[in-house]
Amino acid sequence: MPYDYLEDIGTADIAFEATGRDLPELFTAAADATMNVMIDNLEAIEPRETRRIALKNDAIDMLLFDFLQELIYFKDADCLLLRIREVQIAEKEDAYSLNATAAGEPLDPARHHQRADVKAVTLHDFRVEKTDGEWKASVLLDI
Amino acid sequence: MAIIDDVQKISDTVWELPVTYKDGMRVPARVVATEKLVREMDEAVYQQISNVATLPGITRYALCMPDGHSGYGFPIGGVAAMDVHEGGVISPGGIGFDINCGMRLVITNLTLDDVQPRLKEIVDLLFQRVPAGVGSHGFLKISRDEFREIVEQGARWCVEHDYGWDEDLEVTEESGCISGADAAKISDRAIDRGYNQVGTLGSGNHYLEVQIARPEDVRDKDLAAKFGITIPNQIVIMFHCGSRGFGHQVATDYLQVFLKVMESKYGIKILDRELACAPFESPEGRDYFAAMKCGLNMSFANRQVILHRIREVFSEVFGRSAQDLGLRMIYDVAHNTAKLEKHDVDGKERKLLVHRKGATRAFGPGHEEVAPRYRDIGQPVIIGGSMETGSYLLVGTSSGAQTFFSTAHGSGRTMSRTKARKQWNGKQLQRDLEARGIYIRSTSWAGLAEEAGAAYKDIDEVIEATELAGISKPVARFTPIGNVKG
Repeated sequence: MPYDYLEDIGTADIAFEATGRDLPELFTAAADATMNVMIDNLEAIEPRETRRIALKNDAIDMLLFDFLQELIYFKDADCLLLRIREVQIAEKEDAYSLNATAAGEPLDPARHHQRADVKAVTLHDFRVEKTDGEWKASVLLDI
Repeated sequence: MAIIDDVQKISDTVWELPVTYKDGMRVPARVVATEKLVREMDEAVYQQISNVATLPGITRYALCMPDGHSGYGFPIGGVAAMDVHEGGVISPGGIGFDINCGMRLVITNLTLDDVQPRLKEIVDLLFQRVPAGVGSHGFLKISRDEFREIVEQGARWCVEHDYGWDEDLEVTEESGCISGADAAKISDRAIDRGYNQVGTLGSGNHYLEVQIARPEDVRDKDLAAKFGITIPNQIVIMFHCGSRGFGHQVATDYLQVFLKVMESKYGIKILDRELACAPFESPEGRDYFAAMKCGLNMSFANRQVILHRIREVFSEVFGRSAQDLGLRMIYDVAHNTAKLEKHDVDGKERKLLVHRKGATRAFGPGHEEVAPRYRDIGQPVIIGGSMETGSYLLVGTSSGAQTFFSTAHGSGRTMSRTKARKQWNGKQLQRDLEARGIYIRSTSWAGLAEEAGAAYKDIDEVIEATELAGISKPVARFTPIGNVKG
């Protein structure tokens, strides 16, 4: 699993570290880490509906911030649980642009094992960095 | 965990980090707690509260309440009063994403003997009628425009639409509708996230509990009687929830607005991006204040509709009207807010924006902002403990000026959710608690494990700290017998 939950950060909240060989892998892992806070059995989310996500940001960390917020938005607005199927990230003229396709289905309490609702992505020690050829993100989610 | 070296003991309940502790601190940072609680606090609390002490306009102290623990930006339990005439700022990180997360307490004229035989039926029905869990939607079917009315009118809208009684508003902070809320300052995304969620509990530490006031736990009989707590083993209902996705989105939206203008436009430098802020007297600061008030009203409305559902459930189970069952509200308090208040600072009255993040306002007797019904005894304070231990009703005191009349809001966690989840099993915990006479329904086994009582501080120690510090006075302790967890 390309993400780990951290025990000693954010007493009332949930922190994770996600990794990826490239940005699409990192963003996909961070999206699953966020959804996995809410739903224990991610594999039970069936790809019945899709949503397209298109974002732009000057900073790579804020692009991830916006991206994770999209998942939280669809969870509240449409009661929809989503996983990322495809994501493309391009850097052009000092700005990053992202195009992604997410697929999932409305929450079904009988099949989806709930954990805790995510209220927001916080900027507490929020980081996206590349070290030794690997991308890493540190995220604290407000519960 | 330990008290860090730089902390100075001011009194048995006040611990201070001086301004020399960190570059940029404008005022000392103070933790109000007993030595035991201070020793249990995680070190990040000191880092976070000393960061708060660097914010422009902060007055006297950056404070942390006895139930404090690390959060994001401010610690949970953080209180900071900003002088709005001295460049004081407003910061979403000082309020929290869950704007007006708060508590509501309701009494009944039922006793344990009346409720015990029907407890499962009551809790099961509450679990059905008050939706909880991830992204849950409520029973109220309203349009986005009606929701805009709700965020401007709060619980008043609900009472006008028959989801409550007029007297409920008299015992809600701000009479259930804070003035100055402006839906024009709200994004469509915030509306989308919230308009289906009125009347829902949420998850995490949000809950709805059936509790009893045992005679030996009534700490002040006269005060308890003023609240209608007069019968041995009387049943009360307490619940904890906030402004749901709507409030979370409002905070997220303005966090980003402030990050863009804070340094470039206002020259404010901060030590943690979660402390993003803007001067209160700025277009961005004013816009957020008006938007944040919409979050306050959404939360008052949310708790009002939940109260309506609770009345329906009890009425259905007992075959009597809610009036007949004495289902009267004691009070509704907010614990994630920023409010403009007048405070005496060194003999001079000043207008301060008091941020309380995981802290409860606790004005003493006679204060003009205390509901007329309680003005002679002080503002009611409702402090929820863990699902295994107990909760309290308290009142504010005249000696609370040292914390800008603020007190604790809960027991406060000592263990992270991730660690708690590894330590306990939700199903087992439910069985253990049932054996101890506490019947629980939850949408999440993992979530239940994360809320295990041992992941929290000792509620009695927290209450004692608030009493010793003179910032609130206990009236009664309540023991849980039934719980709906999000």
